[in-house]
Amino acid sequence: MYRILKNINLTDSIYLLEVLAPLVVANAMPGEFVIVMTHEDSERIPLTIVDYNKDTGVLTLVYQVVGESTLELSYEKDELFSVVGPLGNKALILDNLDKEKILFVGGGVGIAPIIPQVRYLFNEGIKADCIYGTKTKDSVILESELVSLVDNLFIMTDDGSYGEKGFVTDKLDKIVDDYDIIVAIGPVIMMKYVSEIAVKHNKKIIVSMNPIMIDGTGMCGACRLMIDGKVKFACVDGPEFYGEKIDFDAALNRMIIYKTEEGRRYLKMIEGDTHEGGCGHEKN
Amino acid sequence: MKKTEMRLQDAAIRQTNFKEVSLGYTKEEAIREATRCLNCKNPMCIKGCPVNIMIPKFIECIKNGNMEEAIKIINESSSLPAVCGRVCPQEKQCEKYCVKGFKGDAIAIGALERFCADWAIENNYESKVNIIDNNKRIAIIGSGPSGLSCAYELRMLGYDVTIYEALHKAGGVLTYGIPEFRLPKSIVQKEIEEIQNIGVKIITNVVVGKSISIDELKEKYDAIYLATGAGLPKLMDIKNINANGVYSANEILTRVNLMGAYKKESKTPIKIPKQVYVIGGGNVAFDAARVMKRLGSSVTIMYHRSEVELPARRDEIKHALEENINMEFLKNPKEILVDDDYSVKGLKYVNMVLLDEIDSSNRRCVKETDSYDTVECDMIILAIGTNINDLAFKDSMIKTTDRGLIQVEGTHTSDESVFAGGDNTTGAATVILACGAGVRAAKEIDEYLGGKNEK
Repeated sequence: MYRILKNINLTDSIYLLEVLAPLVVANAMPGEFVIVMTHEDSERIPLTIVDYNKDTGVLTLVYQVVGESTLELSYEKDELFSVVGPLGNKALILDNLDKEKILFVGGGVGIAPIIPQVRYLFNEGIKADCIYGTKTKDSVILESELVSLVDNLFIMTDDGSYGEKGFVTDKLDKIVDDYDIIVAIGPVIMMKYVSEIAVKHNKKIIVSMNPIMIDGTGMCGACRLMIDGKVKFACVDGPEFYGEKIDFDAALNRMIIYKTEEGRRYLKMIEGDTHEGGCGHEKN
Repeated sequence: MKKTEMRLQDAAIRQTNFKEVSLGYTKEEAIREATRCLNCKNPMCIKGCPVNIMIPKFIECIKNGNMEEAIKIINESSSLPAVCGRVCPQEKQCEKYCVKGFKGDAIAIGALERFCADWAIENNYESKVNIIDNNKRIAIIGSGPSGLSCAYELRMLGYDVTIYEALHKAGGVLTYGIPEFRLPKSIVQKEIEEIQNIGVKIITNVVVGKSISIDELKEKYDAIYLATGAGLPKLMDIKNINANGVYSANEILTRVNLMGAYKKESKTPIKIPKQVYVIGGGNVAFDAARVMKRLGSSVTIMYHRSEVELPARRDEIKHALEENINMEFLKNPKEILVDDDYSVKGLKYVNMVLLDEIDSSNRRCVKETDSYDTVECDMIILAIGTNINDLAFKDSMIKTTDRGLIQVEGTHTSDESVFAGGDNTTGAATVILACGAGVRAAKEIDEYLGGKNEK
């Protein structure tokens, strides 16, 4: 069992979780992820590492409630059944520290795993810039950390209630030429468009993929992606890849697979028996 | 006297549940079967057993109704008899060499082994062990059959043994791979508990190579045994392999066995398709097929050779046929057909012909013809084998072969304090061969550390 120190709301649906996991933290690097379970029969939920303290053994994660499993996770206040990791490979930006101008692009909850990367760079004396896109003012998270770690932070909101109005790609279009390399973490569709812009402007692009997976060690093959025309596993070959090599459309296609199943259960769980099938589930 | 057949759950009923198919012998049945044993002077069956259980000796005890003595004899050679009695391919091992089998039926050695092991569990029999600690520390990576067997042997010799397991439950393939109806998880847990009861420690949720490196372990332990198995699923290099509805058998079996997708309380979603095609002919293919049948799908196994070449355990093939699993032979997938959502809607395959040549697996080779055909289906499960997973040791100095297997002499790797055995040195094989490797590694580790091997 792994003791929870903190599990609090950052917004309506985004939570910050601190859990004691010394063995995970001991060898953790930015870009890697963990798999958590709330109880023995729960799903194994992959979450990218946000922070780790090697002295205290505290691991910090940020997650959004998107289904039954993450909802259960948000209820849990005492301990987790399992935390395993670190899994995957360290952030690819660490292989690119010779690049002069680095730009991070975070979308939604994807901004959280950018934190350990910019912190790592900050500690190395490298200051990067960051575009952070989110829906609205109330959904902005971790702003003060970001401000302290990056040189320039550009916040974009869909409704213009905070920062500039527009998508991350609107901002990127304007400033992409100022940078040598871009790291994008967020929804797959966002990473696809950011990659397209980067490729068009001849910039290196790194993205972090987080598909469905079970074990996180290469065993199940659920997280497979097409990279450069070859099948790769996000868990052991990733989670980060160079954006120009990813077949994003295939990745988007694979995402629909369990979405409806879990989404239905989630609606049923929060709406109970009054659930009227708004999710598209046909009533028998 | 004829062989005493084991009673089975009715085929029509068992297709709809996950309860064990084979029901085991009663005491009377076991004694009756044991009586058939000739107690040969030169027992060939022992030579057919990868861990050399003193087979005629324990059968003799059953004959006399002395079950306690019988299980004691088995435990001298095997720490997982309830598992091996159920999943060993006995027809290719002990029973293959039984003199009785040359003319008529071989003694049902596997069924008798299982009977003894189940008797021990039911009667809470605990073997009395006298372990003298030698204070030498061993780390074992992986809690599958090879790791467990090695741990048991080393602990009996007095070593302080810790097993590291990457998943949240111990047992390796016994837990995530082999389904409940063939190997009840309560039985696996019982055998693991037995091993823990003698003092072996198991730490779950540790991915060696990531959470902790081999080099870090070497600082804390006197020797390391790599029992990491062969866990990476092989996929096929055909069109649309990433389509929705194409799974590795590992994923299906993990979802169902480890994550309990068949249980109401499980949170792991699994879609129940109408028509499944399982590609492959080994035990894993049959396990995946029978799992999907029980979840309510119509299932067909497609194998690229013919029926006689099927590598699966004889009983599993028989049981699958009884459960209305279809089989199509001499066909090999060529392309996965998809609909607009990129979901599977069918399979294009090529017809194969048998050749006269025999390959290294002792099966007849096959060749593609130029005749193609298609079938409709909404799920495809690939059970065409697994590669070894090098996650634990890829950042260490341990050498591998051209095939990516760990290079060993006996169980010695290129690093003198690191040993390896089981599927990670042979490629995917059987539970009992992995157990055999674990036992051998224990001996070699004991020799390496200078302990006296009193066995």
